[in-house]
Amino acid sequence: MYSKDGENYFIVDAHVALWDARPENIRNVQGQQFIDCFYDYHANLSPESEVWSKEAYLYQGGERLMKDLFEDGYVDHAIFQPAHLGEFYHRGFGQTDEASALAARHPDKLTYNHNFDPRNGEAGLDQLRADAERFGLKGVKLYTAEWHGASRGWRLDDPMAYRYFELCRELGITNIHIHKGPTIRPLDRDAFDVADVDHAATDFTDLNFVVEHVGLPRLEDFCWIATQEPNVHGGLAVAMPFMHTRPRYFAQIIGELLYWIGEDRIQFSSDYALWTPRWLIEQFVDFQIPEDLTEYAPLTTAQKKKILGLNAAKMYDIEVPAALRLPAADEPVTGPRQPEAADLGAMAAV
Amino acid sequence: MTLTAGRPVVGTSRAADVRRALAVVMDPELDEPITDLGFVRSVAVDEAGGVEVHLRLPTSFCSPNFAYLMTSDSKDVLTALPWASSVVVQLDDHHDSDRINAGLAADAGYRGTFGQEAEQDLEELRETFRRKAHTAAVERCLTELLRARPERDVESLGDVRLADLAPGQHTEALLRRRAALALPLDDTAPVLVDHAGDPPQDVPLALRRARSTRISIDGNAHFCRGLLRTRYPGSEQDQVHRADGSEAADEAYDPTFIPLTTLKTTQTEETDR
Repeated sequence: MYSKDGENYFIVDAHVALWDARPENIRNVQGQQFIDCFYDYHANLSPESEVWSKEAYLYQGGERLMKDLFEDGYVDHAIFQPAHLGEFYHRGFGQTDEASALAARHPDKLTYNHNFDPRNGEAGLDQLRADAERFGLKGVKLYTAEWHGASRGWRLDDPMAYRYFELCRELGITNIHIHKGPTIRPLDRDAFDVADVDHAATDFTDLNFVVEHVGLPRLEDFCWIATQEPNVHGGLAVAMPFMHTRPRYFAQIIGELLYWIGEDRIQFSSDYALWTPRWLIEQFVDFQIPEDLTEYAPLTTAQKKKILGLNAAKMYDIEVPAALRLPAADEPVTGPRQPEAADLGAMAAV
Repeated sequence: MTLTAGRPVVGTSRAADVRRALAVVMDPELDEPITDLGFVRSVAVDEAGGVEVHLRLPTSFCSPNFAYLMTSDSKDVLTALPWASSVVVQLDDHHDSDRINAGLAADAGYRGTFGQEAEQDLEELRETFRRKAHTAAVERCLTELLRARPERDVESLGDVRLADLAPGQHTEALLRRRAALALPLDDTAPVLVDHAGDPPQDVPLALRRARSTRISIDGNAHFCRGLLRTRYPGSEQDQVHRADGSEAADEAYDPTFIPLTTLKTTQTEETDR
């Protein structure tokens, strides 16, 4: 929990990882490039005081994760969203055994989500059944740009993906986290386009689809499909740290999200270990839309509380102390959820 | 003799030709020339008319389709230089560098380069981003009008004609985007139209959607520039300032700024001496 100015914030970090990118686990140049790319994100967007050494960045281990999230980071509950990347790393990037064991030791603090790949076909369906039982899965993290033999990506509306969603439904895996990536066959079209999420969300209305990175770099496509679907949510992984170096950009992202998808469908995450939660939470609680961006209403404390934890807690049935709960906002099921919170036409009234 | 552009050396006219030619190659996603983004890593020209250009991108995992478009467009404009006898364009440090560079060297084209991953061509991809660039340009112009007169009814923005726009960077940019989509450029043409020239049914909603597109492009453009600077220290020297979407933090590295801190440091050093 984080407390400031008499307000208490229940924190759910909805996207964390326990990865291993040390040299002995790197399979090929792409594995090296992948962690280099993550480190550049980290170095570029972090405050100077929060930048880690490259060596520290390669692997954290469970002890350090527990300290960064729960001792130093105000987090009440965190959710593992592992990327497999088996073509880049010998034992995968996300460390399944270590992370799931940690979650089993701290069930009050950690939830372990796993992943699947529809290109594994029938055998993958059996594996998903086994994984659901082994980990007690409530959710999965899907990375559509995962390489797999000669294939460098898949779509959520592939027929085989639908078989997996049907199985998710059967197994009670209701929370589907999606990370769109850049290499999808065919390369003819924009690989970041979220249209396939739209199809899947329409056909599986009983599943929640959480689009990570709020669809960045295609915020506009994400907002447009999310506003039309009651079951599409936005995860703030990677979007959060813009608050520090590009506060105006961040303000506009949040302003657009509140307009299109509303305050009940946005989830905070640090994307640990890309960044650490402590500074993100401190800065977000202090954050306000710059005054000259009059097209957006100021952020309210209630909105911040929902984004920082209450929304994800609700999705994952995480127990929140009664005093910290908030009711759902009075928003329409679809369409712009908070048109009055972001309307340049209202500038005259400001 | 090998000449490197970017440093003012006497006799660099051919290297300057190369730079000028590359200035028309756009990053379709960010709607900016690759020369302004700092994506041109090096230019080398020899006496026989051989050209070798290296490109660099903000990350190894930038979309391979965009990476291919920029490198193949670069090769096309350089091959068109009348004095160029041979042209080599190389993409450095990308996860698909080997494949793209081999495809370019063999003039294999898009499908020859990507094989089974390619279906037809990248024309639809280009068109998608031409439309987005137009949408963002419309929003910049109309929001400028709205900020100048906040009491204005948003609905009335549907009636704005090209002649109603004040001359300036945003209007010029809009005209360029319209030309790219073959939209009319006469004074009476309405501004708030889609790629086909059709007006929206719901003006405020169309403007809202356009705004999210503009925010996305501006945000991506600055993030990509930032990542390039992090990945290739010193590359800020090759970047041209982007006013749209700029923030206070940009003063720290933008060579077109003269930060006060630099002046103070110089003074201190002089005093010490």
